Amino acid sequence: MLTQHTVRSFDRELDYLAKKIAEMGDHACSIVERSVKAIVQDDYRLADELIAEDVILDKAEREIDEKAILVIARRQPMAVDLREIIGTIRISSDLERVGDMGKNIAKRAAVIAGTRQPSSFYSSLEAFVALALRQLNEVLDAYAKHSLDRINAVRERDGTIDAMYTSLFRELLTYMVKDSHNITACTHLLFCTKNIERIGDHATNIAETAHYVITGSYPLLERPKGDHTYEVGMRKEVS
Amino acid sequence: MNPRLKIKMCGSNVKVFYAQKEILHGIHLDIPENRVTALIGPSGCGKSTFLRCLNRMNDTIEGARVTGQILLDEEDIYDPSVDVVELRSRVGMVFQKPNPFPKSIYENVAYGPRIHGLAKSRVDLDEIIEQSLLKAGLFHEVKDRLHDAGTSLSGGQQQRLCIARAIAVRPEVILMDEPCSALDPIATARIEELIDDLRRNYTITIVTHSMQQAARVSQFTAMFHMGNLVEVGTTKTIFTSPGEQRTQDYITGRFG
Repeated sequence: MLTQHTVRSFDRELDYLAKKIAEMGDHACSIVERSVKAIVQDDYRLADELIAEDVILDKAEREIDEKAILVIARRQPMAVDLREIIGTIRISSDLERVGDMGKNIAKRAAVIAGTRQPSSFYSSLEAFVALALRQLNEVLDAYAKHSLDRINAVRERDGTIDAMYTSLFRELLTYMVKDSHNITACTHLLFCTKNIERIGDHATNIAETAHYVITGSYPLLERPKGDHTYEVGMRKEVS
Repeated sequence: MNPRLKIKMCGSNVKVFYAQKEILHGIHLDIPENRVTALIGPSGCGKSTFLRCLNRMNDTIEGARVTGQILLDEEDIYDPSVDVVELRSRVGMVFQKPNPFPKSIYENVAYGPRIHGLAKSRVDLDEIIEQSLLKAGLFHEVKDRLHDAGTSLSGGQQQRLCIARAIAVRPEVILMDEPCSALDPIATARIEELIDDLRRNYTITIVTHSMQQAARVSQFTAMFHMGNLVEVGTTKTIFTSPGEQRTQDYITGRFG
């Protein structure tokens, strides 16, 4: 573990940035979690609240950017400090995007209020979002503790999210085929699942940034991919 | 290190003793040609001592003894047959505080070429002086007052005069010991710009306490600590992801 800087206020500035990232992460997870709850429980009031809440993450991202630029100007950081500050800027931008995904899900929850799908779909959706958020929480915690093994494990697990996404994609298509009145609601739900899949991608981005911050090099580009939705409907597809 | 780079100077197992105390513990360091190599490390780490080995400046210190080998173009500079005056014309030096001679600007630059017999005539000498001042980026500021005292110039100009003086004897290597530590940021920027120009024709080794300066001007960085070479590598690597904890601690301001 790193020792303290000779200038203690530098440590305090870095600690502040780390604390802000943790806060942003908690808030982004909470928005996403509740946005899916709004869909599952058909709660448009909750959806409206969440749409208004997104601005908090936008503000936090700006605050982190400003603080990070100030630290760079004031300290001219080098090596791990420089990587950490650049990493903070990138991660906060990923978390802000996660917040946007949550907000988008909430907007769609408000639009499809009153429509219902089979209850098995909602339990799959809840399991799906839980998996994506577990990835996000895990990577943020592993980053805070500089645990490289756990960070790499997050990146390896993204394939599971992609596979679940493919399965939900098919499920929604089936509902649409069965009843064309369902197409509007299911299309919105399709975008919601896509948003959740994107959250998994942001968790992977954060894992890659964290890897760079800790080691000074990026992980290899190849990793397992489980998103096969682009094949769904292809003539040669075997299901 | 890139194998295509020619090694201009090469230190092997260089040890320095002051009286009986060993203060450099066997340094191995290559100085590549036409590159700037920065020597960094906390005060007392031995970086200036090593720099001074490269043109045998330590010979002038009573009780100092150097062992090991330092090659300049594959010739041992500590070989008894080496003429130290000639060596120092090939390996010039610029010091921390600008130290012009108490003579005119012209005479400051003329001194070296005269004692080394580099100019055949007055016209020749004038040409060397103009070229040296031009290369040091000072000529246009002083061309109308070449016979004013060197000490009448500003600190930054004096340091560039010292660089012109070093260049005038056509060195191959220029050693700089914290050349900007007595200068303001503008004068520092001009010297840094100059270092970048000079490396096309010279090999430069610079000792600096400014991490940012080392990062800006050098292509290679060597980190010293307590008389040892901790790590050497490309400047890019040293300042973004150094391999050694002591380097990391030093450049990020975490040292004791």
